Amino acid sequence: MKVKNKQIFIPLAALLLLALFNLAMDPSFFKISLGNNSAGDPVLTGYLMTILDYGSEVAILAIGMTLVTAACGGQDISVGAAVAIAGSVILRVLVGQGGDGTLQAPIIVAFLIACVVAMLFGAFNGVLVAIFNIQPMVATLILYTAGRSIAAWINNNELPIVTDQTFTYFGGFIPGIPVPTPFFLAVVCVVLILLALKFTNLGLYTQAVGINASSSRLNGLNPTFIKWLSFVILGLCVAVVGLIKTSRLSTINYSVIAKDIEMDAILAVALGGNALSGGKFNIMASILGAYVIQFLTTTLYKFNVSSDALPAYKAVVVIILVVISAPAVKDKLAAYGKKWKKQKEVG
Amino acid sequence: MPVKENAVLEMKNIHKSFPGVRALDGVDFSLCEGEIHALMGENGAGKSTLIKVLTGVYEKDEGDIFLKGHDKAVAIRSPQDAQNLGISTVYQEITLCPNLTVAENMYIGRGKSKLTKWRKMNADADRILENLGIPAKANQQLSDCSIAVQQMVAIARAVDMDCKVLILDEPTSSLDESEVEKLFGLMKDLRARGVGIIFVTHFLDQVYEVCDKITVLRDGRLVGEYVIEDLPRVKLVAKMLGKELDDMEEIKDENQMYKGPDERVIEVEGLQSDAGIKPFDFYIKKGEVNGFTGLLGSGRSECVRAIFAADKVVAGTVKKNGKAVKITKPLDAMKNGIAYLPEDRKRDGIVGDLSVRDNIILAAQVLRGFFRPFSKAEANKFADEYIKLLEIKTASADTPIKSLSGGNQQKVILARWLLTHPEYLILDEPTRGIDIGTKIEIQKLVLKLASEGMSVTFISSETDEMLRTCSRLVVMRDRKVVGELSKDELTQSKVMETIAGGGME
Repeated sequence: MKVKNKQIFIPLAALLLLALFNLAMDPSFFKISLGNNSAGDPVLTGYLMTILDYGSEVAILAIGMTLVTAACGGQDISVGAAVAIAGSVILRVLVGQGGDGTLQAPIIVAFLIACVVAMLFGAFNGVLVAIFNIQPMVATLILYTAGRSIAAWINNNELPIVTDQTFTYFGGFIPGIPVPTPFFLAVVCVVLILLALKFTNLGLYTQAVGINASSSRLNGLNPTFIKWLSFVILGLCVAVVGLIKTSRLSTINYSVIAKDIEMDAILAVALGGNALSGGKFNIMASILGAYVIQFLTTTLYKFNVSSDALPAYKAVVVIILVVISAPAVKDKLAAYGKKWKKQKEVG
Repeated sequence: MPVKENAVLEMKNIHKSFPGVRALDGVDFSLCEGEIHALMGENGAGKSTLIKVLTGVYEKDEGDIFLKGHDKAVAIRSPQDAQNLGISTVYQEITLCPNLTVAENMYIGRGKSKLTKWRKMNADADRILENLGIPAKANQQLSDCSIAVQQMVAIARAVDMDCKVLILDEPTSSLDESEVEKLFGLMKDLRARGVGIIFVTHFLDQVYEVCDKITVLRDGRLVGEYVIEDLPRVKLVAKMLGKELDDMEEIKDENQMYKGPDERVIEVEGLQSDAGIKPFDFYIKKGEVNGFTGLLGSGRSECVRAIFAADKVVAGTVKKNGKAVKITKPLDAMKNGIAYLPEDRKRDGIVGDLSVRDNIILAAQVLRGFFRPFSKAEANKFADEYIKLLEIKTASADTPIKSLSGGNQQKVILARWLLTHPEYLILDEPTRGIDIGTKIEIQKLVLKLASEGMSVTFISSETDEMLRTCSRLVVMRDRKVVGELSKDELTQSKVMETIAGGGME
């Protein structure tokens, strides 16, 4: 099969286009230099490192978002708010209320509790979608609206600060390793999901349910459970991002943390060529899509587009993507391609 | 102007083709004033196409439509045209707005002057409802009315729009008996007022209860128009199925039957699902091929769906090899060695975007378990094996199933269930919409599987196909098991007689 027909073609082409653009405008975009961070450890810096760092957050969320999209034919718009909740839970467990910033519990315990809480909220969304058959965007609108308030409420609206240095590793660098930790976390998540897809039937079941739930049921599957499960898995991804986000600041800003990240995650799924109406999916394409989006964001920042104007530029990209992948346009393009080929043969 | 006296509608020599199908081939139809006229035919006979031509949903390729009061043939290019000409349709699904009031539903889309003067509108509506004896109030919200009343409101709307021709397309499917009675009362009332009513239904009893005339279509052609007294049920069924009574070919193949112990593999008692069938008993023996027969909508699919727990089972017991088993969901049935090839291939069978390979292994994979996926090699082996065995025509095992032809899709679904090595295989309309060659292949396969000891239930709309394959037939009518035929009773005439049930009760 030709590369052109493969799903990964769209994100790859977009990546190439962005890379070429940067190469033409300013090759220094690709410069990576070794320096020292504030703690005196050697770290790699440069635009590409920024992409690797922040793109990993979106990549982790894109894993869960791909599964939700495939199984339910809709998207979860509450992940940003859920990240705030997960982050808040981590801080609450780590330093408690009115603490002096020293660790009250091991980080792993805080993270595991955050995982449980995030999965519970995912399960809540999953129940609304899978059992009550509410359109996913509408169902998750509830948590989207309430999530940040819940996050603030968990810490009594205080802003706990973690002073312990090890906590900064997850969103920054582990001493001696010059590559940002979020990238490794993303790698771990990707490896885990790929293992799950290889050694279980998660992929087959999710796709079957997303394509034809009625037929799946008659083949012994439980579409309700599969849909619900996808939301729980997304909850797990949310907890990991919650850890990264709070680690970056050692504290939390309830209204800003992970703001609009759900849009990037959904965009990553779309950019990966996955049908937003569900069905077949390709996790790796989504993950590549996530880094492409960060590539775009970073490029825009480099050209001094203000963060307020950023969404407008992204919107242009979304419009182009959606139009290109619309069946009507695809058919037209294919028809033109055929015509062109014929003409060439005749000529 | 229609030629016939009293006729309000005449359709002459109507042709309509779709790509690859001739849906209507020179059909004539006429409707008189003050008559209830049943339009009968099995699936694909052309009933709905004819109605859609009449109501402007489809444009006819050829032919003329004459209406009373119009000198020349009328042109009906849209449902709006049809409505303006006094042709109204009431469908099985309510096409009104549930969140508006009864009166608003009656007057919407007919100029806004009425809708804004709501006091007058309500008074008018109430008068019409009372006049027709419809138990609804004008200012009631439509969704508060029962389905039957909603349908009557739709009829009232049609009547008030001065309709001459009223089409009722399967109006009774979702009604209970007392509601049907009320609807019939209204229909008779309208007949007395001179409205011509076209009644489409699958319920034979209802035809004989209210109709004056019957027009039968088959395979897009007109079979004939009959006065109800001249066409007893048995004859009607024969006309619909296209078999004359004396056309009793015996096509039975006894030499390769399964010869083994005579044990009942599956036995059900008082089984009932939420799909609206009456409780039924049923059993199947090892190596036996049996069938459920009956007209469309008689409940034959619902029976097998209940056995497979595809619909929610509400009562009854299931025994497998004499032992009681609990089957509450399809997976339970699959674990008990039951396989079910559903009637609606597109909706319930194929998983369109998945490859032929994934479609073949799906059921076996689900049975094997979430944590034990087949390896690529195993999946390929199974797929190749069955593609070869059933001669599935596909570019490769990777091809999405939706790009295969109907017959080949059906073979893939068949392969899917054979791969689970079932003891009891249920095939619901496995041969519908597929070419004749594949049909025979499937019939042969069924007999071969049975000779090897598999129990098979084979359902088909084509009686001769069932006679050819089945050694026992369960006959259904109006969602009830009404008889069982075996051995010498397995003849066209006997089957038709039992389906029609002419005066048996």
